[in-house]
Amino acid sequence: MTAPWTVDEEPRVHPVARSGDLVHVRQVIRVLAQRCGLSLVDQTKLITAASELARNALIYGGGGTVRAGLVEANGRRGVAAVFEDSGPGISDVGQAMTDGWTSGSGLGLGLSGARRLVDDFELSTVPGEGTAVTIVKWAR
Amino acid sequence: MVKRDNAADLMGLLSNGDRDLAAMWVAEVAGSLGSRVGSAELDRELRELYEALVQALRQGAVDVHSEEMSEVRALLAELSRNRARQGFSPSETAISVFALKRVLEPMLENGSADEIPAYLRLARILDGLGLFTIETYTRTRDELITAQAEQLLELSTPVVRLWDGVIAVPLVGTLDSARTQVVMEKLLQALVDTGSEQAIIDITGVPAVDTQVAQHLLKTIVAARLMGAECTVSGISPQIAQTIVALGIEFDGIVTKASLADALKLALRRSGVDMVAHTGTRR
Ligand SMILES: Nc1ncnc2c1ncn2[C@@H]1O[C@H](COP(=O)(O)OP(=O)(O)OP(=O)(O)O)[C@@H](O)[C@H]1O
Ligand SMILES: [Mg+2]
Repeated sequence: MTAPWTVDEEPRVHPVARSGDLVHVRQVIRVLAQRCGLSLVDQTKLITAASELARNALIYGGGGTVRAGLVEANGRRGVAAVFEDSGPGISDVGQAMTDGWTSGSGLGLGLSGARRLVDDFELSTVPGEGTAVTIVKWAR
Repeated sequence: MVKRDNAADLMGLLSNGDRDLAAMWVAEVAGSLGSRVGSAELDRELRELYEALVQALRQGAVDVHSEEMSEVRALLAELSRNRARQGFSPSETAISVFALKRVLEPMLENGSADEIPAYLRLARILDGLGLFTIETYTRTRDELITAQAEQLLELSTPVVRLWDGVIAVPLVGTLDSARTQVVMEKLLQALVDTGSEQAIIDITGVPAVDTQVAQHLLKTIVAARLMGAECTVSGISPQIAQTIVALGIEFDGIVTKASLADALKLALRRSGVDMVAHTGTRR
């Protein structure tokens, strides 16, 4: 899924290189969610999903980028974000997406939880090359 | 004997006749800094620096990193740190060094042609010293920012005593792992210091709870329990409640209350305090 960036300007690219960047990513997503008119619950869900994916890109991917912007399809507006890193990739996606599975010391709920928090979720990963996760939350 | 000649040339530039180069230098810098540095202080700073520089060149220093420059570096570092703390810009800081180049320039016009290579060599040394001031300046600013961030961390997580045996931490803003760690430590310490057995963590002011924040909260609660205290989490907004459920985080066995008031009531009941509402007349 290549995110259909149709609304306004080109999506901005934000670095995820240190833990302070996560705060910035959450703020960027919050502003987009508000501009898009998402409900408070949906805003919070999207921000939380973004926080999870950005942290994974930082911790497991060794840092990466977030591209985020407004999208439009079938007469609905939404917020899309792509989290990319060029880390080790995920060799067993099924396992990584399992509730409670972690290779580190987390709760193992970030990936699987993020999928439940958004409307569209696509993960593509190549072992040895990196991981990209695209999410979209649509306004109701 | 090349080194000696070099040193002699450079020295020749800096001890040009009977002109007080140091004074001209001070005047040049004072002009660009205005009155924000005391003139006596500036005079002392730069004259000391000038002496040290002349001394270093006399001993054969070839650049900023030379062994002979250690005194100069120490003085420059001190000057740069002071400027950074006083809120001067990097250019205003580096001008202290570069102004010396400008002071030397007129002498090129009046001097002999063999002074040109010496001037260029000295200019290169001064460029190195200028960059050194900027580096020290930047490092000092970074240290200041880090220190302020740490202070903010401390400031923004007060532990308050609500009642005998009941403490609370109202969390406000984004919880990153550094801050959550501080909160956890302060809460546990406060339990010990106040001998409290009830702790309330109020997250009304927290915009989002992700797995990391949840994990820190859970750890804090377990640690508090190990110390014989009971924790209540209050102020979970409807949107955060729904997000926590969707994430799949289990707050099983953890008491949560909608508001801080409810959590306080519970904590008081648990510690054996009876709250009686007096409606109308006393009975
Ligand atoms: N970008 C990534 N690159 C490589 N591996 C990843 C990436 N994202 C996730 N993983 C792997 O998938 C596992 C599960 O991720 P998930 O986010 O669900 O849990 P976690 O990060 O371990 O814990 P938390 O609940 O705190 O998020 C991780 O432990 C890691 O091994
Ligand atoms: Mg994770």
